[in-house]
Amino acid sequence: MNAMADKDTSKDLAPGAPSSAELSSAEQAEHESRGGVVAGRARQGMFGVSGTGDTSGYGGLTLPAYTPAPAQRPYGGWFDELTDELLAAMTERGIPAVTIQQVTVDRGEITYYVHREHLLALCRTLRDDPALRFELCSSISGVDYGPEVAQRLHAVYHLTSMTYRRRIRLEVAVDVEDAHVPSVVEVYPTADWHEREIWDMYGIIFDGHPGLTRILMPDDWDGHPQRKDYPLGGIPVEYKGAEIPPPDQRRAYS
Amino acid sequence: MTPRQHPGRGNPGQGQREAEPAHTVASGTTDTTSATGPESDADPYAATERETTEGRVYTVTGGDWDSLVEDWRHDERIVVNMGPQHPSTHGVLRLVLELEGEVVTQARSVIGYLHTGIEKNCEYRTWTQGVTFVTRADYLAPLFNEAAYCLATEKLLGITAPRRAQVIRVLLMELNRVASHLVAIATGGMELGALTGMTAGFREREEVLHLLEFLTGLRMNHGFIRPGGVAQDLPEGSEAKVRDFMKVMDSRLGDYDKLLTGQPIWKQRLRKVGYLPLDGCLQLGITGPILRCAGLEWDLRKVEPYCGYEEYEFDVPTSTDADCYARYVLRVEEIHQSLKIVTQCLDKLEPGPVMVENPKIAWPAQLSLGADGMGTSLEHVRKIMGQSMEALIHHFKLVTEGFAVPPGQAYSVVESPRGELGCHLVSDGGTRPLRVHLRDPSFVNLQSLPAMCEGGLVADVIASLASIDPVIGGVDR
Repeated sequence: MNAMADKDTSKDLAPGAPSSAELSSAEQAEHESRGGVVAGRARQGMFGVSGTGDTSGYGGLTLPAYTPAPAQRPYGGWFDELTDELLAAMTERGIPAVTIQQVTVDRGEITYYVHREHLLALCRTLRDDPALRFELCSSISGVDYGPEVAQRLHAVYHLTSMTYRRRIRLEVAVDVEDAHVPSVVEVYPTADWHEREIWDMYGIIFDGHPGLTRILMPDDWDGHPQRKDYPLGGIPVEYKGAEIPPPDQRRAYS
Repeated sequence: MTPRQHPGRGNPGQGQREAEPAHTVASGTTDTTSATGPESDADPYAATERETTEGRVYTVTGGDWDSLVEDWRHDERIVVNMGPQHPSTHGVLRLVLELEGEVVTQARSVIGYLHTGIEKNCEYRTWTQGVTFVTRADYLAPLFNEAAYCLATEKLLGITAPRRAQVIRVLLMELNRVASHLVAIATGGMELGALTGMTAGFREREEVLHLLEFLTGLRMNHGFIRPGGVAQDLPEGSEAKVRDFMKVMDSRLGDYDKLLTGQPIWKQRLRKVGYLPLDGCLQLGITGPILRCAGLEWDLRKVEPYCGYEEYEFDVPTSTDADCYARYVLRVEEIHQSLKIVTQCLDKLEPGPVMVENPKIAWPAQLSLGADGMGTSLEHVRKIMGQSMEALIHHFKLVTEGFAVPPGQAYSVVESPRGELGCHLVSDGGTRPLRVHLRDPSFVNLQSLPAMCEGGLVADVIASLASIDPVIGGVDR
């Protein structure tokens, strides 16, 4: 099944975009030395296995966590031009180039994995620089990759340049113990509610937000419901005290 | 709050105290008077006020009405909780309004009363089942939710829906846009007291819903657009039905202009109300009709065509008035444009598959109408139960387990009736999404409410809110 899906994927990628194939060991070492990004959790497969073709369901097979492959130049399309402009603008404004941890091009979309320290300055650069002009912050979403993943909480920013009609993605990964990300409300006022929602659902603290309160859940709610380890309730059955297990404990095949 | 005392209606004891201060201030010796500023020293007739144990005592002579009125005005500060069960808040939205008399000084919207955890729920369903969840987010534009979700899923899978499916999607989305805009006008009219606007809007919307029921099987929450195409082909006689519908709409749409567009009361309620200029829109991330009314021709169907929108001929109406009236006029115009696209869809509908050919993604059973409703075709059941064990396994696995999606993430956008509807999907390679996020335009646009209505009258809050047209199902998800 996976093999077929992979084959389909390779067709529609942007020109020059490397697919998210497995990394070679040398690349993997380099990836980790730069504090590589993990964007997926290891999966224990029953039927979703690839390679061996073992569909018995008893294999106990484990798939490693997905790590998005760093893109190699040329990225293809306008991605190179944009990245050059971005790096130049960052130098101009004194933002260290290492702020960009990794660049990934996948499925025709470019993702900049960035360190949180200079996020605000980076967003300001992206918005104000005449060659970049990302005027619109389309969306910010939180992602939780699960308890077993390092830096499991991600804040994902989708920025749109209305001038150049481009979309990019910034991604910041933080540990759950130190879930602090600088707020970008100052640069993009629209981030206000997005950040409140992520705080509410994932517990990422946006430092500098004008009023980081819960937005969807009641004010006195405990916990952050969209985290993967948030306890889910089962459904009681009125027969001998049985209970339908919560959805994350039910039998799953993926 | 300190008790007020009206100077003109003082109690008997007050009259005596009132008589004194004018002199005492002039001499500048008293310690009972409150400071009244340097000019009162110069003006021997200046009045003053005193704090007494019974409250503040005013002395009214010429020229100090300002301070008096100021005090009274501030005492009219009230905080009104509007909603969450209020017929004019477009659903379970709660507005906290701070009023000075009739003027809104601060407005905050409180949301979350319709939070149903759609995004979290999707994480425990297959990619196909996700459609039936996201369709319930913005329940007035269900087909747009489905389209955004399916486009993102298809991007992750690296597949494209066949042409006929794309045309059907466009057809359904544009019909849905008509229905959604009609509700926007209808509920907006109702909230402002134009009840005939409401009955007319809902009557026409009913026509759209009847048509959608004929085409997809359901009036709302269709679950019709699926990853890889659409659930099934349009039924026999669809084209004729759509053309009949177009005739009805053509005959009735003019009524809106007759009823509302030129009507003085309607214009007075909406003109120069809820003003939000372009810079404000961009900062607040506003898209859709509000942005286009601020003068920017930003329509994702034009700037980032999807589902083959580049082949259709239509205009993107704009305005520079940036007020509620412009948004109303724009919505009416967009209905006309959508109907224009619907006609073009009919011409583009050519026979062909409506789902990708890949049997690892497309469900094997062609649905058919049986004695107990729509379901797996008898022919298919006969085959998998009687002839092919492999086909049975395949069917069972695909329906229960679902298809695996290669790991990675994707963000797809469509132009919903309310603006940019984005879907951010993350897959870890499994048969269920790791993360589904809907960037709902209602959620983002609702942030503009304070900017639109602070400083205006409380009655205009309703007009502003109606012009934003938030759908709480989409706001709270």
